[in-house]
Amino acid sequence: MSGIDVVVTGLGATTPLGGDVASTWDAMLAGRSGVSALTQEWAAQLPVRIAASLAVDPSEVIERVKMRRLDRSEAIALIAAHQAWADSGLKDSGIDSERVAVSVGSGIGGAQTLLNQDDILEAHGPRRVSPHTVPMLMPNGPAAWVGLELNAKAGVHSVASACATGAEALALGLDIIRSGRADVVVAGGTEAVIHPLPIAGFAAMRAMSTRNDDPERASRPWDKGRDGFVLGEGAGILVLERADHAAARGAHVYARLAGAGITSDGYDIVQPHPEGLGAVRAIRKAIEDSGVSASDITHVNAHATSTPVGDMAEIGALRAAVGDHPILTATKSMSGHLLGAAGALESIATILAIRDSMVPPTINLDDPEDGLDLEVAAHKARPLDIPAALNNSFGFGGHNVALVFTRA
Amino acid sequence: MATRAEITSGLGEILEEVAGVNPDDVAEEKSFTDDLDVDSLSMVEVVVAAEEKFGVKIPDNEVQNLKTVGDAVSYIEANS
Repeated sequence: MSGIDVVVTGLGATTPLGGDVASTWDAMLAGRSGVSALTQEWAAQLPVRIAASLAVDPSEVIERVKMRRLDRSEAIALIAAHQAWADSGLKDSGIDSERVAVSVGSGIGGAQTLLNQDDILEAHGPRRVSPHTVPMLMPNGPAAWVGLELNAKAGVHSVASACATGAEALALGLDIIRSGRADVVVAGGTEAVIHPLPIAGFAAMRAMSTRNDDPERASRPWDKGRDGFVLGEGAGILVLERADHAAARGAHVYARLAGAGITSDGYDIVQPHPEGLGAVRAIRKAIEDSGVSASDITHVNAHATSTPVGDMAEIGALRAAVGDHPILTATKSMSGHLLGAAGALESIATILAIRDSMVPPTINLDDPEDGLDLEVAAHKARPLDIPAALNNSFGFGGHNVALVFTRA
Repeated sequence: MATRAEITSGLGEILEEVAGVNPDDVAEEKSFTDDLDVDSLSMVEVVVAAEEKFGVKIPDNEVQNLKTVGDAVSYIEANS
């Protein structure tokens, strides 16, 4: 615990379920799937021909010439960041820019730019490679663009921990405010790699669902018929703020980011520890850091990606670290897996669940796996009093990040 | 052989595509950086596109001398 409280005062997102937070949340509560068939010509040769593509293409929001110099992951980070900034009331508030930091990560970075420019290099030679290539593909690009456009001068940071990136970026934001280095941190994650190479790579690992003939039912965490994750794209950005700073300006507060726990497995480059020991330690650290007791945590937005091994390992970790009382959900059943943006989007869902006293559903959980002995809000949203909630994120590389949010 | 007006108009198309410049604003006396807001990276794109469109080579050490649209028109006219 630290003497400095950190609250969430702004939310922004563009996702497979909607072009902003409100439409995304409405779709989640309605149990809609954002997964569809990939109709692009390049998809025909792939073993995986489904994905959760953005509901609103960034080119509908950002003008053409500016889009030319943005990787898709950068464009959507900017869209979500501007939404969150406006939502926080800090836009045009006269806040000291030297007290505003950015912590925005991506799991893979500007892969679409890298691959598209490589196509140009092969076809037309080096002189035709865009001079915008490097700032478009660099992994700090999304954070740097957000910092530039919001005039944040207390430091721009870009963590990378695969599918834990979005959550770790929030944890870093919490640290930055607690340590006094900024009053406000614009934090979250972004990912846009619906492209044949990343899909072929994940498919080669046998990590993805191949339920190509039934896209909306492909992402089915904890269901016996699950066969891997469904790739999604999107961005989620939160405005984190020192609580007394937010109070002094009369800001609307969504929730408190009460604690974070970060561990690493030290076990395998991609396989999670079979008993989820790293996850257990991360959850326990987050709870301890938050100062709440495990019994206050009535809801968990689980990492649960719809892979055969990972989903059930997390159940064991939750039982050990939290208990058997929380109501779980896996919103990836609807949004797909946004990789480096997942932790940020799911934090937004967790915060709105607290606000609305409503757990969004886990769709497609028709035939629960043996051993699923914790309660899940299957099929339908479920009303629930939520004084505190947990959001888990785990990433290739053995990264485990747990975040605890509490009612403001 | 293109006339100066045709080259200016061709540069206008490139500037619109690459940098969002209104082609009506493109005239020989306009400075790329001061009047048309073309930054250094966009200028690289303009040069590469102009080379292709007009069949000229514009070496990097020549680009710094192309301050105005008229400078570029003259270079293309003399070297294409």
